Amino acid sequence: MSENILDINDLRTSFFVEGNEIKAVDGVTFQVPKGKTLGIVGESGSGKSISALSILQLIDDPGKIVGGSIRFKDEELTTAKGSRMRNIRGNEISMIFQEPMTSLNPVYTIGQQLREAYKIHQGLGKREGTKRAIEMLELVGIPSPEKRVDQYPYELSGGMRQRVMIAMALACKPELLIADEPTTALDVTIQAQILELIKNLQEEIGMSVVMITHDLGVVAETCDYVAVMYCGKVVEFADIETLFENPRHPYTVGLLNSLPRHDIDQDELVPIKGSVPAPDEMPSGCRFAPRCPHASDICRELPELETQEDGNDVRCWIYTEQWDGEKGVKVYDNETTS
Amino acid sequence: MAVVSKETALETKPVNPRVKSMKDFYKRLKKNKSALVGFYVLLFFFFVSIFGAIDANYGITGVSSNATNLTAKLQGPSAEYWFGTDHLGRDIFIRVLHGMYITLGVGFAATFLAGLVGVPLGIISGYFGGWVDTVIMRIMDILLAFPGILLALAIVSVLGGSTINVTIAIAIGAVPQFARIVRGSTLTTKKLEYVDAIRALGAKNGKIIFQHILPNIMSPIIVNTTLFIATAILSAAGLSFLGLGVQPPTPEWGAMLNDGRNYMYQASHITFFPGMMIVIVVLAFNLFGDGLRDALDPKMKK
Repeated sequence: MSENILDINDLRTSFFVEGNEIKAVDGVTFQVPKGKTLGIVGESGSGKSISALSILQLIDDPGKIVGGSIRFKDEELTTAKGSRMRNIRGNEISMIFQEPMTSLNPVYTIGQQLREAYKIHQGLGKREGTKRAIEMLELVGIPSPEKRVDQYPYELSGGMRQRVMIAMALACKPELLIADEPTTALDVTIQAQILELIKNLQEEIGMSVVMITHDLGVVAETCDYVAVMYCGKVVEFADIETLFENPRHPYTVGLLNSLPRHDIDQDELVPIKGSVPAPDEMPSGCRFAPRCPHASDICRELPELETQEDGNDVRCWIYTEQWDGEKGVKVYDNETTS
Repeated sequence: MAVVSKETALETKPVNPRVKSMKDFYKRLKKNKSALVGFYVLLFFFFVSIFGAIDANYGITGVSSNATNLTAKLQGPSAEYWFGTDHLGRDIFIRVLHGMYITLGVGFAATFLAGLVGVPLGIISGYFGGWVDTVIMRIMDILLAFPGILLALAIVSVLGGSTINVTIAIAIGAVPQFARIVRGSTLTTKKLEYVDAIRALGAKNGKIIFQHILPNIMSPIIVNTTLFIATAILSAAGLSFLGLGVQPPTPEWGAMLNDGRNYMYQASHITFFPGMMIVIVVLAFNLFGDGLRDALDPKMKK
């Protein structure tokens, strides 16, 4: 692995509601190598978005980062001052939100909102800011940007707005872009365009990307590494090829099994049984054990995230010495016969 | 948080809450006939009160509102005295005219003051939450525990009765109302993603509050302001009627009601005309305020 731009170690973010602690992110560890794309995959409520917001220290009351470290270019962010964080946000680390419809302020024109970033971080005035804004809009592929800068968000379609969001996020050429489900709200054709755009811009500016998604197709297309999250924990961290060819964690296998495939004949998809446990009835051992087809007694204890021979990490007893059952996890095509 | 916004985005087509142009706004207001009447009445009164203010201070008509004429007291409406005369022979029409700017002025000033204090308190309370919110809102709750007129009475009796003190007293009573409405709107607005987005761009709290939240909660503030002016006028008149507000011989409408109180049976016009004016002004503000609320509400737009 090359040098890491972002190194997250044992990050814990909790929400304190009516005296209860809800561990949304519970000991997350992952790295983002410089210039690469890391995908974070998981079901709703697995803590993907909260991890992303934690990086930018944007967790609101009643949430709080309770432990762990976030190192960005060897700088600790969990203890960084407010003014330093504001300087990092939008300038060195940017974020794209998942809902383009509501991510732009309806009372300002596109140009006014794009100028904001330049004004905050580079102190640019109106004329210079507008010039840059038009350049940015052009870069993200918005036709006739001179006209668009003076329009209000409601005059733009969803795909256009997402492009504007990307333009805003990239305005100051950040080194790290966090994209929180950037394509979830868009239709497939626009989705492909947006992903392509992010990829091209990444090459152009040389930034690293954290792509948060629940769409494995998006992951396959864009990412270099993948962290699979389940219930606030990373259960598998692997490079993209290993993840799709040789998935280790039963949860990853379950996710892949529930996707339709083109290369084999199948009548039915195999879903993962059950649903994500509620935060207050979280199993004490392996979080996935109640839904895991391989679970045995040992799974009542929590396995560690352990590095395998090929350098990838997995959090499962199956890959440890203590496991006494059958080694390996059944992959989809071995299972289907029909 | 995204789930909620997704639904609303689907239901209502994307609308710009800022009224795009005065023309567009006027078009929507025009559909509501009673609001339009209210608007014109207010516009008329506004100019009349400006004329009254100039006349009272520089004497265009040459008639003083305090000029007594005991030979012509308690006269009914006539060609010479349009609204009749009071127990001191003062021309009630002139007094109503000259008092108009005081009544309207107190209403506007009290509302403006209340907004000036209440809006920032509400935004800060809603935006920062936590103990700041608790402290501010509990103080507001204490103020709200008193009936408005009682609170104003208490404040006026401490400060002493004068036009300015009445204004302050009414404003203090209205602060919690503004703070609450603004806090509620702030709470919904700050959860929207563009606030997150601008924070993720590195904006400071002050910038987020005043440039990104405030413009988006303007419509409830405007509506509340309009509706509250009516209440403020009523409270001011009420205090003056009780002799605690604007002091005689200033021709404040509430004070004029009090003047005429003893002559209700013989000369009801002394109370009738100022009373009617209060009713018309308050009604106009309420009609206009209601219309404004509908016109500014994007959900009502069809």
